[in-house]
Amino acid sequence: MSDPIVKISGLNKWYGEFHVLRDIDLEVRKGERIVICGPSGSGKSTLIRCINALEEFQEGEIVVDGIELGPNLKHIDAVRREVGMVFQSFNLFPHLTVLDNCTLAPIWVRNIPKRDAEATAMKFLERVKIPHQANKFPGQMSGGQQQRVAIARALTMNPKVMLFDEPTSALDPEMVKEVLDTMVDLAEEGMTMLVVTHEMGFAREVANRVVFMDAGQIIEANTPNEFFASPQHARTKLFLSQILR
Amino acid sequence: MTDIASSSFVRHDLVSERPAPVKTTGFIGWVRTRLFNSPTNILLTILGALLLWFTIIPSVRFLMVDAVWSGSDRTACLSENAGFAVGACWPYIQAKLPQLIYGFYPEAERWRVNLTFVLAAVLLVPLLVPRLPAKGLNAGLFFFAFPVVAFFLLHGGGIKGFGLSWTAGLLELFDESIIGAGNVLLNLSKTSAVAPLLWAAGNLIVLIGTAIHWLVFPLIWLRDQIQDSGQSVWVDFAVTTVVVCLIAFFLGGGLRTGWRALASSFATFVAIAIVIKLMGLDHGGLPIVLTNLWGGLLVTLVVSVTGIVTSLPIGIALALGRRSTIPLIRIFSIAFIEFWRGVPLITVLFFATYMLPLFLPGNFTVDGLVRALIGIALFTGAYQAENVRGGLAAIPRGQGEAAAALGLSWWKTTSLIVLPQALRHVIPNLVNSFISLFKDTSLVSIVALFDLLGSLRASFSDPKWSTPSTAFTGFAFAGIIYFIFCFGMSRYSLFVEHRLNAHRRN
Ligand SMILES: Nc1ncnc2c1ncn2[C@@H]1O[C@H](COP(=O)(O)OP(=O)(O)O)[C@@H](O)[C@H]1O
Ligand SMILES: [Mg+2]
Repeated sequence: MSDPIVKISGLNKWYGEFHVLRDIDLEVRKGERIVICGPSGSGKSTLIRCINALEEFQEGEIVVDGIELGPNLKHIDAVRREVGMVFQSFNLFPHLTVLDNCTLAPIWVRNIPKRDAEATAMKFLERVKIPHQANKFPGQMSGGQQQRVAIARALTMNPKVMLFDEPTSALDPEMVKEVLDTMVDLAEEGMTMLVVTHEMGFAREVANRVVFMDAGQIIEANTPNEFFASPQHARTKLFLSQILR
Repeated sequence: MTDIASSSFVRHDLVSERPAPVKTTGFIGWVRTRLFNSPTNILLTILGALLLWFTIIPSVRFLMVDAVWSGSDRTACLSENAGFAVGACWPYIQAKLPQLIYGFYPEAERWRVNLTFVLAAVLLVPLLVPRLPAKGLNAGLFFFAFPVVAFFLLHGGGIKGFGLSWTAGLLELFDESIIGAGNVLLNLSKTSAVAPLLWAAGNLIVLIGTAIHWLVFPLIWLRDQIQDSGQSVWVDFAVTTVVVCLIAFFLGGGLRTGWRALASSFATFVAIAIVIKLMGLDHGGLPIVLTNLWGGLLVTLVVSVTGIVTSLPIGIALALGRRSTIPLIRIFSIAFIEFWRGVPLITVLFFATYMLPLFLPGNFTVDGLVRALIGIALFTGAYQAENVRGGLAAIPRGQGEAAAALGLSWWKTTSLIVLPQALRHVIPNLVNSFISLFKDTSLVSIVALFDLLGSLRASFSDPKWSTPSTAFTGFAFAGIIYFIFCFGMSRYSLFVEHRLNAHRRN
């Protein structure tokens, strides 16, 4: 594999007195799929939100595609253009149609003409298999469909890295699969992905590496086979025993 | 209880349709199910009917049945002459209508007021109908071009220069005030305990002022040359056009994509030139009608429309400022909002009318109507700020985060994502404030402006029309006018709310 596209080194973050991220070092190479798991409150969301500067941090350095994001958060805009994000609660814009959700950023950030932006948006809506819903409002769709629109919306910006923060946790069980299938497709096309999820089936199938976090630190990182077959750290074993019943 | 084995069932004979035993449809059914379906409801229905009986019947009697419809002076509206207990005296309203609409606006110039009303209607109605196209152009005309045209129509007068002269004048004023402030400090330094400090600061400020003076000097020189040229308006206009079009061209992307911006700014200037020519602004314009002659519905509408149109942007700016992470902006917004919410509108109007002139520098006067307008706009702006803030608070944090993650700047996130949603949430509150603003404009009558209500009260003192029912008729008429406008706003807001919230209906 090639050079790192995301390089996190010596990252430390505090919420007031609370040391939420501790000495995080992580390299993600181009095309790599990383699954981050760990107990609730272990800092997974905070970590990936640092990568696109939704959270600021006090120490360390994050480099995305050669663009440095220091503690003082310079180059935020440049980094955000390279990084797409999918949230647990979809966060679609409810007052815009699905199509407008997908063309907003290309038009207003990349200054692409409306017509071209709409063509691109339709292409991605087809890829997530909901082109015929383009003129609906998000409130009129199921959770699974909304999350697929959210993925399409992020893709319209041609990101080099995609971040997913528990994309299936807010979904009814019967909709989890449609979203995971979309993500598997994306992985097969070679997208670099950082995915926070508890879907261990997805981790086994897609991930190159599984990273286990607890108490703000990376406890263990390994290939899915090794990670599930022979976890090393006691906390990892405990976590896996709770999650794999 | 039946046992499990016998619980299976197959229907053999289908039940045929038959009428309901108690009628539930039609008028009778509606009366039965809605008005008389329980003892409490029967009681409420009877109470409601009585209430209607005691309000509607007398109103109709007063306004229509017992009303006098024609006549030329008070004698027609006296019971002795009419032969019955007279209700509304409509000929009085008819005689006073011009005063109620225009105040003391000179009769020969009233066509200007009418034209302004027509222009407003022509621009506003298409703006309010969602189906009609070109909303951007329409809004631009209504919110930017119309106020200027309306000013020159209603007030009259012309212009002596254009953009360049105005810019030069503004810079000159700014520069003079800087030098003035420096000189004040220098004067103070002669007596103060911290003299050296004041002396240094004063000199520094004067120095800065002088530097600015030399920086803007070429502009002022150019202005003076243009003013002397005889054709000052058109020369200045040409210079401004060229400068602004060039700026638009380069901001629009220069040789590559700037042509559209160039064309549209040029078209705007052509339109402005046509307006200047049509209204003769370059040589004096229409005869000036001072605002103390304005009155009646004209003042009510000018004050309320200006208040409505300016208070919303003020409110939005303050609401955003109040949520800002920059402490200075936040503190300013909070102080501003709380100040205006803490004082009654009457105080604001009194202050603006009688005390503000005492504080302003001697040669600086602001028209009385404008002072009241500013007071009302800021006052309502503070209320609108709190309304808007309520809407902003209802937007989940994830919306802003999603927009930021897509790379949208704070300004774009705010104007494309946050505000459109926030304002939709608070349409009823915003319109509520508009309606109360519309009615509060009647308070301007206590600061010597004759709005609809003020003109009405002035007309009461005319002995030609003094009858027992004059005042009642007048107030009924004013009430009807106010009601029409407020009810209209209320209904329209319901319509807009319904339409804009289409996305919330699943
Ligand atoms: N804005 C905040 N202020 C203070 N503490 C926070 C904030 N956001 C998250 N935390 C805390 O930081 C820890 C890590 O949160 P998070 O990254 O959301 O965990 P995870 O996604 O792994 O469940 C939690 O203990 C949470 O309570
Ligand atoms: Mg989380």
